[in-house]
Amino acid sequence: MNMINVKINNRQVSVPEGTSILNAAKKTGVTIPNLCYHPDQEVKANCRVCVVEVEGARTLQASCATECKEGMIIRTNTNRVRNARKTVIELLLANHDMNCTACKKNNNCSLQEIAANIGVRESRFTNVVRNQEIDTSSPAIERNQNKCIKCGRCIQMCAEVQGLSILDYIGRSDDVEVKPAYGWYLGDVACVACGQCSVVCPVAAITEKEDIEEVWEAINNPAKTVIVQTAPAVRVSLGEEFGMEPGEIVTGKMVASLRTLGFDSVFDTDFTADLTIIEEGHELLQRIKEGGTLPMLTSCSPGWINFIEQYYPELLPHLSTCKSPQQMFGALAKGYYAGKIGKKPEDIFSVSIMPCTAKKFEADRDEMKVDGKNADVDVVLTTRELGKMLKQAGVDFNKLEEEDYDAPFGLSTGAGVIFGATGGVMEAALRTVYEVVTGETLESLDFNMVRGLEGIKEAEVDLAGTIVKVAVAHSLSNARKVMELIKSGKAEYAFIEIMCCPGGCIGGGGQPLGGTDELRLKRIDAIYRADKGLPLRKSHENPAVKQLYDEFLEKPLGEKSHHLLHTHYKNRKK
Amino acid sequence: MSNDTLSKKLLTSRFGKIKADSIDDYVSTGGYSVFKKALSMSGDDIISEIKTSGLKGRGGAGFPTGLKMDSVKQAEGTPKYIICNADEGEPGNFKDRLLMENDPHQIIEGMIISAFATGTNHGYIFIRGEYIKSIRTIEIALEQARVKGYLGDNILDTGFDFDIVVHTGGGSYVCGEEFALLVSIEGKSGRATYKPPFPTTCGLYNKPTQINNVETFCNIPHIMDMGGEEFSKIGTDSSKGTKLVCLSGNVVKPGLYEVPLGTTIRSIIDDLGGGVPNNREIKMVQLGGASGPVIPKSMLDLKLCVKEMNGNDLSFGSGAIIVMDERIRVLDILKRIIEFFRHESCGKCTPCREGLTQMLILLNRFIEGTATKQDLALLDVLIETMGQASICGLGQAAPTAIKKVLKYFPEEFEGRIHSMDSVTV
Repeated sequence: MNMINVKINNRQVSVPEGTSILNAAKKTGVTIPNLCYHPDQEVKANCRVCVVEVEGARTLQASCATECKEGMIIRTNTNRVRNARKTVIELLLANHDMNCTACKKNNNCSLQEIAANIGVRESRFTNVVRNQEIDTSSPAIERNQNKCIKCGRCIQMCAEVQGLSILDYIGRSDDVEVKPAYGWYLGDVACVACGQCSVVCPVAAITEKEDIEEVWEAINNPAKTVIVQTAPAVRVSLGEEFGMEPGEIVTGKMVASLRTLGFDSVFDTDFTADLTIIEEGHELLQRIKEGGTLPMLTSCSPGWINFIEQYYPELLPHLSTCKSPQQMFGALAKGYYAGKIGKKPEDIFSVSIMPCTAKKFEADRDEMKVDGKNADVDVVLTTRELGKMLKQAGVDFNKLEEEDYDAPFGLSTGAGVIFGATGGVMEAALRTVYEVVTGETLESLDFNMVRGLEGIKEAEVDLAGTIVKVAVAHSLSNARKVMELIKSGKAEYAFIEIMCCPGGCIGGGGQPLGGTDELRLKRIDAIYRADKGLPLRKSHENPAVKQLYDEFLEKPLGEKSHHLLHTHYKNRKK
Repeated sequence: MSNDTLSKKLLTSRFGKIKADSIDDYVSTGGYSVFKKALSMSGDDIISEIKTSGLKGRGGAGFPTGLKMDSVKQAEGTPKYIICNADEGEPGNFKDRLLMENDPHQIIEGMIISAFATGTNHGYIFIRGEYIKSIRTIEIALEQARVKGYLGDNILDTGFDFDIVVHTGGGSYVCGEEFALLVSIEGKSGRATYKPPFPTTCGLYNKPTQINNVETFCNIPHIMDMGGEEFSKIGTDSSKGTKLVCLSGNVVKPGLYEVPLGTTIRSIIDDLGGGVPNNREIKMVQLGGASGPVIPKSMLDLKLCVKEMNGNDLSFGSGAIIVMDERIRVLDILKRIIEFFRHESCGKCTPCREGLTQMLILLNRFIEGTATKQDLALLDVLIETMGQASICGLGQAAPTAIKKVLKYFPEEFEGRIHSMDSVTV
């Protein structure tokens, strides 16, 4: 690789050809402030915060967009740079709702942080923000145009990663806004509520819809038994909200923290992930045996469900009828657990902690009410919201002693944990299906072909002489490719796992901010470490699941399963 | 200088003498003879001739045309594109329109020669959408050239293929900026982007692209006709050839004039334009158009010459000269200029999008007499930041006129600072 030598702030540094000044400066220990830049996205160079002085250049240069050239002399903090940078920040603040204390992202905002770091305490310019209505039309995400700095990160995320382009720039000059086409409400367009936009928004222009207060209300209501479930991906990311390294496994602390908040029982979505594998595995085998619609598509990612319902409704028969683990849990909580502890379903308040914004939409669906009236999952909180709630309660997360989940829905296997990473549902299913079909014990439980960040992964499994081809896709731009393959009749797979978000649930729209592959890989690594560390790693070996079938469900795909654990999705094309 | 020497006519020599819709008129006055000669030369020889001529881009930035051609020729990647930037939107400019309406084949001939020299087979003329007559005239001329076999496949049996497509703008000023122009042709919304890479290596559809102004292309046949050496004898050391000047404002005879580079601004206003009506005094003159600098009457002896202009931190841009006499109100003029840019900003980068709005707020305070000393300081900061940190030429150049007014007419601002300011902190 060709190395380029440049001088940054009088310090010589050697970087590979093609390195931007921004990244070269990082090597010298200098972080150049930036807002529109995102390491996994195309360079936009529109915020102009990262400008630097390059000797010989007439104007300041955007360090994100300027490649190092041999012999370049760069200064990142001259008065010329500092004045321009401060002015740019002041200009942004002058068109920004500056009520920081009332802001959902107070203390977690890049604009606020940069302003503080470079010494901007107020804008000398006139505030020109037009107080626009906040778009609360989506049950999952909220758009506040008054906070938007027009950096375009959300636009790129939606277009490039999800392939949807729900958001784009509208208007020109100071009329520029980031909105759905024609300025429509998010709730009225074919948005899938995945929340990826909110993960990369540097300010509070796009955020998850906040439902924390409802949970506090329920916890403080003595008439309610408040139970909570935690999704697999939350345990490997929640620590980030408290300054831990990405990829730290905090399961025990998380359970303790939820008890501290006042939840009556702390359960694990991994339990119903195991249950999903039993139901979905049997559904797959039944479809193969009885000539049902193949390939069968997984159905646990609600962003993905929103996608197929709105963009490929003609392929809905391919979708597994299994509810997602969240909703299986919700249905069991109200339709089984309530009775078991001698309560009425309406006295149970069921909360879920999810890495996902689309789960809010899912919980709200009419299909997800076993009594036809009340939601099975009353409130969904994202990982970020749980972080906030714990901060509200003054919980010193780092100091908590680890605790275990409650019985009966707290017991789970490694197969349930890996639901959190792309390929995990497939791997969990293969571990079970293989043993159910062949009656043999798997030698190696690790299906490495379906792991990792490659967009579309394939594998072949020998099930007692029958070769079964499977595929795994994550992010909707990849899902779209697979859908087109199915439509063209070229998808020779029996089973396809699809996750809406890049990297799977660990990269979900409700996860701690960042949205980089670097973060995703660390969380994925933690997911597989958590799997390895568990005594049971196959869903069908989960004794609590077995007990549930013995006591209540009777058999996979049985009458009760049909009523509680399965559903049908519909054409919602817009 | 006599009026005859002053009006050295190359590019406008056929104006009024030929019918624009007649290719025969063009041919009978020597047209399309030069490109036939050029097609027998090597590309390098043509480029070398252009380099010798010293021709610099006439769109405002003044980049040496020969160098640009060389860069496109050397660049890897095919197909290559050649684009004539006829999106003339700079207030005060109308030279490109008149070139298209009066002598369209001159442009086409210049483009064919340039395309041949650089090994380019695809051409575009990006014409401002409002220029309906120009669009029609160019389209007729292109069809005539095709019929004659000057455009199309295997031109004059040389094996060289080249054709030109007319692309019209949707009315956005910023599409005259070359990067916005490129994305506009690609069908995207016209917004500027960062550079490098430059279009010569990574232009239209990420392929090597030569973009020149209409007037630049019009010079090519003349250089090939008279030879680069001879051409370079016109003008000054740093500025060769003639320049089309769009003279407007408070002059007796506004209009389009072609002058040798090196002509003084005073000479253009007085000798060609007949001076200011009723012998009123000149207050200021704006050079190049709305994005250009203003100068006071004491500087009218400056020449249209890159070196002399640069030495004074000025530029004559695309050649517009707007004369404003003593009756004008300077701040009102500035307000109109900033309102124009605020309307035309693409809104992509912070300094331009937010800066122009704030500049207008500040200007209004001076106009209303409510400005403070702090406002003046803030205006300075804003001018500097927009000039230094905007992503494209629009934002960088938008405050040029204000900057020059602050330099040459500081009393216009200082005289309007609110008097109570002396007691405020």
